[in-house]
Parts: sequence; C-alpha cells; structure tokens
Amino acid sequence: MRELWELYWSFLRIGGLTFGGGLAMLPMLKYELVETRHWLGEEEIIDIYAIGQCTPGIIAINTATYVGYKRKGVIGGIVSTLGMVTPSLVIITAVAAFLRAFMDNVWLQHAFMGVRAAVCALMLNTVYTLAKKSLKNAFCWVVCCVAFAVSLFVDIPPVLIILAAAVVGIVVFLGFKKGGEQS
Amino acid sequence: MITMAFELFWEFFKIGLFAVGGGPATLPYLMDLTKTQDWYTMRELTDMIAVSESTPGPLGLNMSTYAGFETLGLFGGLVSTFGLVLPSLIIIILIAKFLENFDQNKIVKGAFYGIRPAVTAAIAAAVLQVCRVSLLVWHDDGTFEPSIKTIILCAIILGLLQVPKCKKIHPVFWFLGAMAVGIIFRF
Repeated sequence: MRELWELYWSFLRIGGLTFGGGLAMLPMLKYELVETRHWLGEEEIIDIYAIGQCTPGIIAINTATYVGYKRKGVIGGIVSTLGMVTPSLVIITAVAAFLRAFMDNVWLQHAFMGVRAAVCALMLNTVYTLAKKSLKNAFCWVVCCVAFAVSLFVDIPPVLIILAAAVVGIVVFLGFKKGGEQS
Repeated sequence: MITMAFELFWEFFKIGLFAVGGGPATLPYLMDLTKTQDWYTMRELTDMIAVSESTPGPLGLNMSTYAGFETLGLFGGLVSTFGLVLPSLIIIILIAKFLENFDQNKIVKGAFYGIRPAVTAAIAAAVLQVCRVSLLVWHDDGTFEPSIKTIILCAIILGLLQVPKCKKIHPVFWFLGAMAVGIIFRF
C-alpha cells in the first residue's frame, strides 16, 4: 500500500513539474526515479524511454505504466498512470473554466493573438528540429515528402498514413537487410 | 449524454492507440477532430497548444481534458482522458510482460523506419494548419488577409529561437512576452 502511494505521488510530481512533455520529461524522470527513489538504474531509464517512444500513446503515460508495472504489477501501472494524469486534469479544467468566463475580454483577446504568433514560431521550430533528427537518408526524405503531400492534399485520417508508412518501412527494412547479407 | 461520453472515449482511445512518438504526434489527430466533431475549433486548438506548453503535462492529455470539459464538463474530461491512456496501459503492460527486447525486434525496427519520417510529415502538415488559422485573418465569406503584426512577431521569435542562447528559454516566457506584445500593439 505504501509503495503504491509512493508510485502515485512520484508520478504526480513528475506530471505536475514537467512542462512540454516528451523529451522535456527525461531529466525529471531521472531525478525522481533514479536519484531519489533508486527504483531504476541509469540505463533502464533509457530503455524505457526507447520503448515509450516506439509504442503508441503519450510517452509520459507509457513510462509511468511501465515503471509502475515493474514495481507493483498491473495495479502499480494503473496507480502510476493515475498520478501522471492528475495534474493535467486539475490544471486544464481550471484553465478551461477560466477561459470560458473571460474569453470576451478585449485585452485577453489581444494577448491571445500575440500568443498565437509565438505558438506558430515554436511549432515551426519543433518541426525543423524533428526533421533534422529523423530525416537521415533518401528513403526518409521520400517517405516524408509523400506523407506530407498526402496529408495536405488528400482528405484521409492520419492513422492510414502512419500505418501505410509502417508497412513500407517493414518491407524496405527487411528487404534491405536480406540484400545486405547476400552481398 | 451516454452516447456523447462514449464518443469522447472512443475518439481519444483512437488517438492513444495511433499517436506514436507522443506530444506533437497527437497534433494531426487532434486537428482531424476539428473536421469530424464540433468539440473545439482550430482557434481553440491553437490556444490550447499555448496553454499546454505553459502548463505542466503532455499536450495530448491536456487536449483530451479540455475537449472533454468543453463538451461534458468535469465528467467529460475524465472520460476522454481515460480513453487516451487506456491503450498505453494495455500495450505497455503486455510488452513489459511478454517482450523482453521489444525495441530490438526486426519487424518493430522496420515499422519505425517508415513511421518516423511519416510522423514528421504529419506533424509538419498539422503545424501548417495551425499557422494558416493563426497568421491569416479569415472572414465569414471565406476570404482572408494576412495578419501582418502576427506574421512579423512570429518571424522575430522564429529568428530568435535559432540563437543558441535563446534556445534554452522556457516556452512560457515566449508566450508571456508575446502576450505583452499583443496587448501593447493591440493585435
């Protein structure tokens, strides 16, 4: 019981103190899980992170579930995830209620128009960094350009594009491996 | 209300199941929802990106809470968030239980070889949509004009973000600064 509470509390703190999610969470996780609680080793964190990144879902939730499960089984996974979502639920509900009450205010509207400019700049920058990291060879560029054109000009759900890319990836990756071994 | 709650659960369950790569990867799906449902508009989504980046917690979670709250209040927020995290709970527990070297698996590696660039493309397309509603002023008859002040501010921030010293500035400070500029220059 005590350890379940500790899991909940740890992930509540991680969720409540990490801004931006994803990669921004790594230092927080390390501090809380490796250095303070000694629940995981340094390398385990990287492994979990890799699994979190290549499985569907929010990385933060994947990590919470994994660590919780390893400590205390299914209940542990659920409790950790609950801890992780609590701050978002509380904060966003409060913000949404506030926005609803004040959205007609002219000053707030000016402020949010300004914020939109910053959102665009930060998102464009994210795409740029992401592209630099993930587009390493011709194959990546081709997949990216085709997927980009399809997303823009064809009205299909994003799921289908991702699934198609997974299939192409498997075919090319396994085919390439085979060819490499033969020669 | 039950139908509504189920719809919220189902839509966010799908996002939890198909958004690979976390954070920004949920954006294309969240944007798709503005077309298929009337839970929030593109405008609100853009505002929520700002709120999300200035408050703790991942974008996907914040968005599911927000969309749920807008449609069904607190209960809605709980339902859609539950939908979003359920796939993770199931998949991760299965992987932790059965697959020791999941990330070393050839098929998994191959799939991600294709998925990563596609996710980048989907995010890029979604970001373009965000820019389209944020940097252009749309009139009711479908015509638009560029919002010069917003475009200039966006370009300035984007330029500053390339300066090594500015890269480490927390997003919340960019938003606060942009808010001040928006109020002073009456955007």
